[in-house]
Amino acid sequence: MTVSAPAPDLDDMRAIIAQHTHLEGPLLPILHAFQDAFGHVPESATPLIAEALNISRAELHGVISFYHDFRENPAGRHVLKICRAEACQAVGGDALAHATLRKLGIDWHGTTANGAVTVEPVYCLGLCACGPAAMMDDKVIGRVDGAKLDQLLTEVGA
Amino acid sequence: MKIYVPADSAALALGADDVAAAIMEQARARGLSVELVRNGTRGMIWLEPLVEVVMDGVRHGFGPATPDDAGAILDGTCAKALGPVDKLDWMQRQTRLTFARCGIIDPLSLSDYQAHGGLAGLKRAIAMGSADIVDEVTKSGLRGRGGAGFPTGIKWNTVLQAKAAQKYIVCNADEGDSGTFADRMIMEGDPFTLIEGMVIAGLGVDATRGYVYLRSEYPDAISVMTRAVEIARAAGVLGPDVLGSGRAFDLEIRKGAGAYVCGEETSLLNSLEGKRGVVRAKPPLPALEGFLGQPTVVNNVISLATVPVIFEKGAQFYADFGLGRSRGTVTLQIAGNVARGGLFETAFGMSLGDVVNDIAGGTASGRPVKAVQVGGPLGAYMPVSKFDTALGYEEFDAAGGLIGHAGLVVFDDSADMLRMARFAMEFCAVESCGKCTPCRIGAVRGVETIDRIAAGDGAAIPLLTDLCETMKDGSLCALGGFTPFPVMSALTHFPDDFARVKEAAE
Repeated sequence: MTVSAPAPDLDDMRAIIAQHTHLEGPLLPILHAFQDAFGHVPESATPLIAEALNISRAELHGVISFYHDFRENPAGRHVLKICRAEACQAVGGDALAHATLRKLGIDWHGTTANGAVTVEPVYCLGLCACGPAAMMDDKVIGRVDGAKLDQLLTEVGA
Repeated sequence: MKIYVPADSAALALGADDVAAAIMEQARARGLSVELVRNGTRGMIWLEPLVEVVMDGVRHGFGPATPDDAGAILDGTCAKALGPVDKLDWMQRQTRLTFARCGIIDPLSLSDYQAHGGLAGLKRAIAMGSADIVDEVTKSGLRGRGGAGFPTGIKWNTVLQAKAAQKYIVCNADEGDSGTFADRMIMEGDPFTLIEGMVIAGLGVDATRGYVYLRSEYPDAISVMTRAVEIARAAGVLGPDVLGSGRAFDLEIRKGAGAYVCGEETSLLNSLEGKRGVVRAKPPLPALEGFLGQPTVVNNVISLATVPVIFEKGAQFYADFGLGRSRGTVTLQIAGNVARGGLFETAFGMSLGDVVNDIAGGTASGRPVKAVQVGGPLGAYMPVSKFDTALGYEEFDAAGGLIGHAGLVVFDDSADMLRMARFAMEFCAVESCGKCTPCRIGAVRGVETIDRIAAGDGAAIPLLTDLCETMKDGSLCALGGFTPFPVMSALTHFPDDFARVKEAAE
């Protein structure tokens, strides 16, 4: 059973925004800060951000939806990124990614039924001489094979 | 006993942390006192984690190390002993200018940095006037290492000549090209050299603020760079009075958000401003109207990280390396299906075949090489018949390719070039910023057209060729404009892969 997190507190959200408004070009740092705090950019944050930066909510939505990193809904408890780029394809990354997705019964961007892990494609982790490469949350893994991935997925409860 | 275990992310991805922990544990068990340094990587990724033990002042290598090797490394009985690292063929054959310190020093020790020539360039630049600084870069022949190869000195001069209350130095660290990791490696292994290069750029064009736009896919590089900036600020390398010069320069690390197109400089600037990362039409040039509409130098990590050595050793020293109009060194990143992958810095001019067969040792799979994609996802697939092409901007252009950020991705004969062409179009469709039609729609149509060819519809081949012409001529930036390189090179050099037989259906 998944318990939905309580709605973010308005004051907490205002505080996050206030920490960044002195920056030149504060929007991406703000959005990253929300993601770090809540795992996504909560819908309730958007009017606050738009007001603080004097932009329309449509403009803000345009920015959030432009970037692969920003989510409007929470991901699974862990995010596994598997590299799809050429250097990893050259050493069998494609087959590995598809086998993993099939095993988990999800497609790219999907989350396992128990909410343990979301699998995202990534286009290059800069580990091109030790592919196939993947990243579990912020931890990089090189020369990934089926067994290594299985172990990682077991560790995070997928 | 001094021991080095890299903390570069390629080494970490191959288990360097576990190796480091095992060494400390085994050292304790033996009652040995060990000074452990977490250096960057030497660039020999096939040997990572590469442990180095200092013996009689010489660094001896052991690799690729596993935690089980720790005891034997300490006892001097490890079968993975490689001898002195500097004497290894891979190291001996390089000309390391930009990467001279990478893998050697403790990345976050400013004193180690200075002991290896760091800050000498900045000190020299401080004594020069702005115009002389720009002139020195022009004389070095340095060209943008991000891919376009634009002369750095000319760009800086445009910004220097522009009149504005605030100018900026923006470092493009959005290294999204597959097969490239030089930016990541230098940021993790020698971050102060990038900072020093940016300060010199600031002094050269009278800019006082800088940003490093660093991709979010590089969490380790972000953390090293962030700490390096704090250390540089505390030491007065950054701040209101750079090394007591009376000149100000400070910089911030900004994290990207997963958009490949933000590696394009105008899209990067929009992103930095907090907008959608759509491409801007040029003119105006970013040099005149860049970040927040102000004159801005946008340079790649390697371009900026090369500036300190140019000032330390002189423009002529740097310009003496190279071939034709490609001066200095190229930081080759050898990747994909290769026996020996990693970073190899050498003067421009080596042939592609020598790099792939000799330096990299051919494929990891042991099968014949089929193609090498040079210059990232927007670079051409070079067939073996073009292996005599010399590594130089003009030389690659003449051969129908591009050097780009100098990443080489090697494929063996199991690669299906139709699938690689399809992937190039698919990638363009996923990452297109959407501003111009040839890229936004063309890439989607490209995928569909290649699917028709895959289904045996040979009549779709001229259509694909025509579409590529349109994308090449009509796109606003290199994403749509260069996607035809991998597609057309695959089609031209590997026509057999596109000659699919129609399946007997209906």
